[in-house]
Amino acid sequence: AEVEETLKRIQAHKGVMATIVINAEGIPIRTTLDNSTTVQYAGLLHQLTMKARSTVRDIDPQNDLTFLRIRSKKHEIMVAPGNISVKITIELYVL
Amino acid sequence: MEIIYVYTRKRSEFGRPCSFSDRPAKVSVDIPPDPSMASNFILRNPVDSYVQHGSDMSEHEVNTVRVEVESRGVNHVEGGWPKDINPQEVEQTIRFRKKVEKDENYVNTITHLGTLMEHCVKQNNAINIYEEYFGEEMAEVEDEPPSAKTINVISKLTSFFDVLLSKRDPNVTKRTATHLSWHPDTSKKLAVAYSSLEFQQNMKDMNFDSYIWDLENPNKPELVLKPSSPLVILEYNPKDSHVLVGGCYNGQMAYWDTRKGGLPVEVSTVEVSHRDPVYGAIWLQSKTGTECFSASTDGQVLWWDIRKLSEPTETLVLDITRKGLLENALGAVTLEFEPTMPTKFMVGTEQGIVIACNRKAKTPPEKITSTYSGHHGPVYALARNPFYPKIFLTVGDWTARIWSEETKESPIMWTKYHLSYLTDGCWSTMRPAVFFTTRSDGTLDVWDFLFKQNDPSLSLKVCDEPLSSLRLQDNGCVVGCGSKLGTVTLLEISSGLCTLQRNEKTLATAMFERETKREKILEARHRELRLKERARSEGQELEVEEKPVESPHEVLDRVRREFFEVIEAELQRRAQAETQCLRGKVPGTGQTDSHSRDSLPWGWGHGSASAFQIKDCEGEEAAVQGEESQLPKDKEEEEEDAA
Repeated sequence: AEVEETLKRIQAHKGVMATIVINAEGIPIRTTLDNSTTVQYAGLLHQLTMKARSTVRDIDPQNDLTFLRIRSKKHEIMVAPGNISVKITIELYVL
Repeated sequence: MEIIYVYTRKRSEFGRPCSFSDRPAKVSVDIPPDPSMASNFILRNPVDSYVQHGSDMSEHEVNTVRVEVESRGVNHVEGGWPKDINPQEVEQTIRFRKKVEKDENYVNTITHLGTLMEHCVKQNNAINIYEEYFGEEMAEVEDEPPSAKTINVISKLTSFFDVLLSKRDPNVTKRTATHLSWHPDTSKKLAVAYSSLEFQQNMKDMNFDSYIWDLENPNKPELVLKPSSPLVILEYNPKDSHVLVGGCYNGQMAYWDTRKGGLPVEVSTVEVSHRDPVYGAIWLQSKTGTECFSASTDGQVLWWDIRKLSEPTETLVLDITRKGLLENALGAVTLEFEPTMPTKFMVGTEQGIVIACNRKAKTPPEKITSTYSGHHGPVYALARNPFYPKIFLTVGDWTARIWSEETKESPIMWTKYHLSYLTDGCWSTMRPAVFFTTRSDGTLDVWDFLFKQNDPSLSLKVCDEPLSSLRLQDNGCVVGCGSKLGTVTLLEISSGLCTLQRNEKTLATAMFERETKREKILEARHRELRLKERARSEGQELEVEEKPVESPHEVLDRVRREFFEVIEAELQRRAQAETQCLRGKVPGTGQTDSHSRDSLPWGWGHGSASAFQIKDCEGEEAAVQGEESQLPKDKEEEEEDAA
């Protein structure tokens, strides 16, 4: 229930296009997008997050990745990595 | 085996600790050197020995292998599901998901991540951190000193290319790069005309070719143009970038199509062409895009249609007496044409005069609208300011002058006299008050007239030999200079010199207007003075009997005479004044006083007259060049004084 509430709150924010929750294996648990897009995002971002996390860890083992933002011309993709799940939000912003 | 020494020890004594004792050093053996043994050896003097204190290096070669990159797409398929769940079945996936969501760990993580995510989302919504601030302000101009750097040097390969063509003739003459023309669209190609402009210096083995260079490949020309006589001038057609027109050394005009190769497509017939090298050729604005006109030192300006080079469409003889006589004509050295004013054009001549002409005039004499004289030597370059069409720049002899079309007497601004000839010049296409000049000592000057008028803002020594031509690329940042030995150097000028400053346009307008007004006022003043003189001289001619027109020598003699007379008179007066003072000091009788008093007025009167005369004579000396009107005036004053 809390989970629902949290996700709803995030989705309700202005500019948020979609929210995806992925588990440790890369399977999308929760999503507000259609399946194929979700799968695409999940696959790509999961790997990228893993890579980013390992990079941060390699440079300083005490360090860990807290947040990853990918800014592009049209949107911004925000990834919050956790231990067992990863939450992705896709946001649209206007310059 | 022989036993040398026997050492015995009792068995009970084995294992006994050793007792060491100390003893001072004692010489056991002393072997002195035996000099006789030295004879077995040869003394070596000096001894060469090597010491190396460098690090050891070894040489390796690495050749990178080009990486082949290919773009591919990835087809994403669902995966990662545990083995027992079939991703296609919706029920199973839903069930799995539900199971995961029930996990406590999951809930905690999600809440934690949720707060984190919210923070960032709110951040994004609050402010756009990548917003472009101060976007309206134009980029601050860095106050860097103006500079330019060479980006490319194309040296005509007389050493390599021509040697191949002329079968290793070591006397291959180097030709001047007389004209440069940038490709109108890409600005990556440069057409250079090479010819030798020395009078009658054509060697038999001199190459006639001119080249089109691609800047990506400065070692080998992209296209070799082979005219029948060396090209003095070469211009790309601004409308059709494949067509070039060239003016030859022998006066003919030729045109090329780069798609068709290096030989000219058509050459004008010799009889109707120019009689001297064609020094100026410019494409005209026309619907067909095939018209051009050319000028040469034989005094003619000819209009051609490319499609029919057998005869010119129009001719004009540059005779400023407007009689159309070829004998009086002035030789043209440069042409100038502004596409925005299609009927007017300007010609710079060998005699230092710039002629402005109107093509659409009814009769040939009317074609020449005005002349501007001011240079001491041939006008090598003539260019209108791209921002202010009424202002144009002329480069010739040792100065560069800026003229306004309205003031015909003199330029509105000019540079100081340099030590070497100025050979070419052009305006900057980006900044209205910046222009470039090349000198015959190999220097390229960049002048910024808003900033400094006495010296160039930037003076670069490009090469040791004289620079013969200059051309700015359309974007205004790259300039190409051709030198006397055929080397073309491309320079990129710093952005400060080719980006428009904030108030530059207004400042430049103000400056040009101010200078034009000043010249106009000066002109008006001169005209007034002259009118006055003329009026006065006309009036005086009635009073004074006709004086025979004096030759300059006579005038000079007379002036000299009068001058000496005045000097004598002054000296006399001074001497008299001295004696009077002396006399005055001696307490004299009233007679002497009165005498002195009498003499004084006379002295004064004479003095004043002489003072007048001195002034007049000085004025005369200054105007002895030919202001005859002043002489009758002087005569009149002398008569007045005499009376």
